[in-house]
Amino acid sequence: MLRFLLVRILQALPVIFVVITATFFLVRSAPGGPFDQEKVVIPEVRAALEAQYRLDLPLHEQYFAYLGDLAQGDLGPSFKYPGRSVNEILFAGLPVTAELGLYALMIALVIGVAAGVFASLKPNTAQDYIPMSLAMIGICMPSFLLGPLLVLIFGIWLDWLPITGWGDIPGDKILPAITLGSAYAAYIARLSRAGMLEILSQDYIRTARAKGLPEWRVVTQHALRGGLIPVIAFLGPAFAGLLAGSFVVETIFQIPGLGRFYVQAAFNRDYTMILGTTVFLSTLIVFFNLVSDVVAAWLNPRLRHQFRGGNG
Amino acid sequence: MNTVSSPAFDEVEQGSSLWHDAWLRLRKNKLALLGGAVLLFMIVIAGLTPWIAPYSYESQNLDLGASPPSAAHWLGTDIFGRDLLTQVMYGGRISLAVGFIATAVALLIGVTWGAIAGYVGGRVDAIMMRLVDILYALPFMIFIVLLMVVFGRNILLLFLAIGAVEWLTMARIMRSQVQSLRQQEFVEAAVSVGLSPATIIRKHIVPNALGPIIVYTTLTIPSVMLLEAFLSFLGLGIQPPATSWGLLISYGAETMEEYPWLLIFPGCALTLTLFSLNFLGDGLRDALDVRGSKD
Repeated sequence: MLRFLLVRILQALPVIFVVITATFFLVRSAPGGPFDQEKVVIPEVRAALEAQYRLDLPLHEQYFAYLGDLAQGDLGPSFKYPGRSVNEILFAGLPVTAELGLYALMIALVIGVAAGVFASLKPNTAQDYIPMSLAMIGICMPSFLLGPLLVLIFGIWLDWLPITGWGDIPGDKILPAITLGSAYAAYIARLSRAGMLEILSQDYIRTARAKGLPEWRVVTQHALRGGLIPVIAFLGPAFAGLLAGSFVVETIFQIPGLGRFYVQAAFNRDYTMILGTTVFLSTLIVFFNLVSDVVAAWLNPRLRHQFRGGNG
Repeated sequence: MNTVSSPAFDEVEQGSSLWHDAWLRLRKNKLALLGGAVLLFMIVIAGLTPWIAPYSYESQNLDLGASPPSAAHWLGTDIFGRDLLTQVMYGGRISLAVGFIATAVALLIGVTWGAIAGYVGGRVDAIMMRLVDILYALPFMIFIVLLMVVFGRNILLLFLAIGAVEWLTMARIMRSQVQSLRQQEFVEAAVSVGLSPATIIRKHIVPNALGPIIVYTTLTIPSVMLLEAFLSFLGLGIQPPATSWGLLISYGAETMEEYPWLLIFPGCALTLTLFSLNFLGDGLRDALDVRGSKD
């Protein structure tokens, strides 16, 4: 197990390094500098600004200086908002996005697993078809369509829930969380149904039934552990998707989170902010992929062997 | 497709009956057939749009403004008095084109990459697949947003960027197919008569791995279309004056309070297409008996 963990961490490090390097050079190769604005800047001021942001150095020196700053956890100053550092902006947005993501993931897990397990108990009956058709709708309905539709129905026509903001009015977190979570609920429902169906057909389940265990105990104590491994393994990618999805949801509901800052930075061409956010989000995603891999391996020793035997 | 070693004389017949069986199984799956039919309908409409659209793409009637569905404008008009049905038809052309072209890019890269890795094996395979592993771990959604920002919002780049993301799974599927096919007798026979590896991959391996490729392609198209719509919604994808379903949804969402049809109809078009593709893909997977191609 320790060896597995170690190998996995050693694999993650080059990924993060590639992300940092690729992002740095991509952003630096972008046409137009951050100070090419409407108003003309006095050459001296411009030189001072460029020195402050180290744009006067050769590219490779900028790169190593940036790596040095990163090693100390410093993402640099923002181009767009002088006087504010990227770190400050990120840590202002992170708690909001994390909270939104957490609620969405909870909704996705509870609804998805319940629907998937429920469907798997009576395959190819109405009990299977109805939740799985809903799941298909959930997968096909993109968040940027579902969000506005929910706002239209529950916020405007029925006037039950607030439609924008975050933590200002009670209930304003409900619609964003549902919007973000529904697609993942649908995926998780499909994954847990498939996983459960596979496990429920195994010999040890037949043994458990044969020794007279009641069906609910067969399901909860024997089948769930194996049947939900695909769901656990999906959590890492799901987290990555949730972060990307939060771009849209935060834009629709005007939530001051990371995703909204990222999109704003993209439009403002705030290069240090884009760079910092990309590096930060990527590291987070790589980290969560790592965690979900390790948890899945811990639940299923076979995965570890598969891992050692190369990629299957 | 692990064919059990069978007498040589019925090899040929078995090859054709696999597709025949698959068709018979697919025909029983009404949802998949319906999905295929809807998709075909969408493609035909998209292909014929310049000739059958009720209004020209540029035509607008500012006096009319946004009007609800009526006899003259079946889906209503937008705030500039443009016919929404025409907009949705032209938007569909672009959304579908992005879906198909970007998937084709992914298919080409993925199949080639996976086939070479699987066929050559050894150290080459290890290096090629390690690269795929690393790319897998990259947060691509963020990268595409970044690419769009850095290099401008260029539709060609959009194709390439999306294609570049989606080839990874294809490469993995192809590699595992090739690995199992490579050990079979007909490949050994091809090697022994002196065919070059490129010919063997093209003529003998790829056709035999077609099932999983088709299934995965069908399932990649909707995720590509979703990605395009996502980017367009954020304003980073298709740029006006061109339009796509994602862009129409984004406009619709801005004015949905007063003019809900501007959101609902483009939304229906996109959802219906994604629905059809997913049902068709699932049906093909069952019909061709492909396991573990996606989720």
